[in-house]
Amino acid sequence: MLGEKAFRKLADQVLAKSKADQTEVLLQAGDSALTRFANSYIHQNVAESDAAVRLRVVIGQRTGVATTNDLSAEGLERALETAMIVASLQPESPSLPPMPGPQAVPQAVAFSEATANASPELRARAAGVFCTLAREKGLTAAGAFRTSLWEMGVANSLGHFVHSVGTVADVNTVIMSEDSSGYAEAAAVDVRHLDVEALAAEAVGKALRSRNPRPLPAGEYPVVLEHYATADIVTIMGYLAFSALAVQEGRSFMAGKFGQLIMSPSVSIWDDGLDPSGLPLPFDFEGVPKKRVDFIKDGVAISVVHDSATALKEGVQSTGHSLPMPNPQGPFPLNMFMAGGTTSAEGLIAGLDKGLLVTRFHYTVPVHPAKAVVTGMTRDGTFWVEKGEIAYPVKNLRFTESYLDAFNRVEAVGRETQLLVSRFEIGGVRVPAVRLAGFRFTGTTEF
Amino acid sequence: MRELTDRALNLAKVKGATYADMRIVRRDIRSITVKNGEVASLESYTTAGFGVRVVVDGAWGFASSARLEPREVDRITALAVQIAKASALFKLEPVNLGEPVAHVGTYHTPVKVDPFSVPLEKTLELLLAADGAMRAVKGIVVAESSAAFIREQKTFANSEGAYIEQEIVETGGGLEALAVGNGDVQQRSYPNSFGRHQGTAGYELLEAMDLVGSAPRVAEEAVKLLTAPVCPSGVTTIILDATQLALQVHESCGHPIELDRVMGTEAAYAGTSFLTLDKLGTFRYGSPIVNITADATIPGGLGTFGYDDEGVEAQRTPIVREGIFVGYLTSRETAAKLGQRSNGTMRADGWNRIPIIRMTNINLEPGEWEFDDLIADTDDGIYMEMNKSWSIDDKRLNFQFGTEVAYQIKNGKLGQLYKNATYTGITPQFWAGCDAICNRNHWNVWGTPNCGKGQPPQTAHVGHGTAPARFRNVQVGVMKG
Repeated sequence: MLGEKAFRKLADQVLAKSKADQTEVLLQAGDSALTRFANSYIHQNVAESDAAVRLRVVIGQRTGVATTNDLSAEGLERALETAMIVASLQPESPSLPPMPGPQAVPQAVAFSEATANASPELRARAAGVFCTLAREKGLTAAGAFRTSLWEMGVANSLGHFVHSVGTVADVNTVIMSEDSSGYAEAAAVDVRHLDVEALAAEAVGKALRSRNPRPLPAGEYPVVLEHYATADIVTIMGYLAFSALAVQEGRSFMAGKFGQLIMSPSVSIWDDGLDPSGLPLPFDFEGVPKKRVDFIKDGVAISVVHDSATALKEGVQSTGHSLPMPNPQGPFPLNMFMAGGTTSAEGLIAGLDKGLLVTRFHYTVPVHPAKAVVTGMTRDGTFWVEKGEIAYPVKNLRFTESYLDAFNRVEAVGRETQLLVSRFEIGGVRVPAVRLAGFRFTGTTEF
Repeated sequence: MRELTDRALNLAKVKGATYADMRIVRRDIRSITVKNGEVASLESYTTAGFGVRVVVDGAWGFASSARLEPREVDRITALAVQIAKASALFKLEPVNLGEPVAHVGTYHTPVKVDPFSVPLEKTLELLLAADGAMRAVKGIVVAESSAAFIREQKTFANSEGAYIEQEIVETGGGLEALAVGNGDVQQRSYPNSFGRHQGTAGYELLEAMDLVGSAPRVAEEAVKLLTAPVCPSGVTTIILDATQLALQVHESCGHPIELDRVMGTEAAYAGTSFLTLDKLGTFRYGSPIVNITADATIPGGLGTFGYDDEGVEAQRTPIVREGIFVGYLTSRETAAKLGQRSNGTMRADGWNRIPIIRMTNINLEPGEWEFDDLIADTDDGIYMEMNKSWSIDDKRLNFQFGTEVAYQIKNGKLGQLYKNATYTGITPQFWAGCDAICNRNHWNVWGTPNCGKGQPPQTAHVGHGTAPARFRNVQVGVMKG
């Protein structure tokens, strides 16, 4: 941790020395610790402390970037010199957006003293809850419990300065028997909000219920997807389709569809970096304040996120969703939400005459990105449901399905939403469970 | 460095550690991406720091910091000890590392041309020329060319007397062309998918790729795919090119032979393995022509080094011999559980991560066929080239891969171009169907610079030596179109 005062001093030092037309100092720092357990004991237990600055200089229409975690005066000077050399070698970029000028950034509630001060013993005791309950039930526990303190700041030569500090605590567990497994995962700003006893009971219960799985042939089945699986759908859509660059390049399913109904009317998805029920991040990597962006509202395609480059191209304002600039990836939603519905968790299953209950997906990758066709496996608890009740566990299945098509078949949306860390390890996603009229399973496996 | 490593190791001992090691790592990265005629990113990235790993009360602790100074070394060493003591609250049996490792040595990647000595203008010129050649083809919406150079300098010392200094140099580069039209989006990459091919080598590797000369073909193929028919579905014979086979080896052999996965310690994230301990030495993994080795000693391989991050020397280890599964990738701790010595595969993704078992260069040894003869010998089937998508279950049995292009094989000749080709199978059944592998003339060690594993996540750079090979009775196609 550097702190706002030290960052301001460091940034002033760099900005004073820079001879570039525009200069930006991006600070990314953090202290993170993770306790990992498997076979019902702690086998890895780590901590790290790092602070790095990324210097971006613009000379005319040329950009140079250098990153270092040597924050000494000499280290910063070397990095600045490297960035200047890199810029001088580049060809002119005709579409270079200016850095953002001074502007107010709202504060987000993203910090917890309890998380920042979490001790190795606190993490070990949390791991112990999973290990102990699993052993008591004749099962084995694996998982990870992490507490992180992050710090981010942006200062530029146009006078813009922002700095923020936040915390994240997250845990996941896989509880296993010889022929079954169960899963639980959660995230929070405040480590005290992680209910490890409830999560352990959830995963243990799932592992016990999924013993002796039966084979089920591939085919299209109605499904209830628990929120772990829904999170995968929402996150991959964010990656594939909810960025202005993806639309501009014609590889997003949103392209040419704005204002049209493209999903079931019960689906609403948005990004909000300030919502305290997520993992807030008040500004992006250019220091632009985060705006709420609605992607899908009642099934209708509404908008996508912008950084300064995509915004300049369309003559609009950045929505505060840049990654470190410049980059070939474009803007990215890091605080995604899907609206909860009106159906209870039990009601989602009760409404399934015949079909599958899927706990989560594993190793999902786009097969045909423009159509959001994704393949992956089920994992850690897949069940056959008949007449609204779990009938028996089944062996895992492979699916190959368009996530866009799947969200056109939403029959019901769960009332409760749950917060998870994004699969990209930065930001969060809060989603409900859903029931779909059909989901295409294309293969089987042996367990 | 000796002063700092001695300081950490001595302090750890004083505080009760029965084993300690320290790694001091500096990594310099220069990456350049040209996209649609503009330099999309050109970055110089340096990260340096150290990590201290200890065993106290029979349990592991690790702490790391970017500030390499004596007082911080003391703080981090004490924190590692505190963390280990917390681990000991929930341990089953004390850590056993087997025989001590006390190598003293150095290793430097042999390079002809240090990539950091080459003027940036030269690389920019090359990438801009390749980009221009791709965009000259009508229908290309996104052209991307990139290069990456990495230098990692690391010092390893442990409480058993090891002291090792290494410098690993990597060079990578590649092209991607995205065509949009006909209501479709298609891509082609070169020389490998997902941005680049990479090896432990100097600038000579980038020059040998001939990115500029290859760019027009890459772009033209992407455009042709827009109007190509979808690959038909069915059970048939397939021939995989070497790049696709590299990823097939990676996912269906490389990961399931990691002994930490087998022993359950990666269960919470990546999963476990179907290659359970009872299968070692007896299980038929593939047909009798399938021979797979783990080899960290091959010149130029992306998984090539002198010593792993536990100080164990690089080795060549048989994994599958004449189709029978005979070996795992091991660490000191996992090998000791089998009464073996580590085969040197523990690597950490930088100073702030612990070493975990990672692939080195996992190679399908070459066979006897010329590629043209293999096609001529195939009456009916599909030739598939270059990975587009990949997925496999958490025990590494059921996999599904998609490739950028496919061609019909009819009566011993390549014919119709197909798009959206996928194939799927169960690992040992798939490898049992391997009946022909091309010879060393077609064999290359392909770099995979993006192998994810561990919590917190780590990315490893690994290699796979492969040549095109043929597989019988494979399910092709699951997509609607």
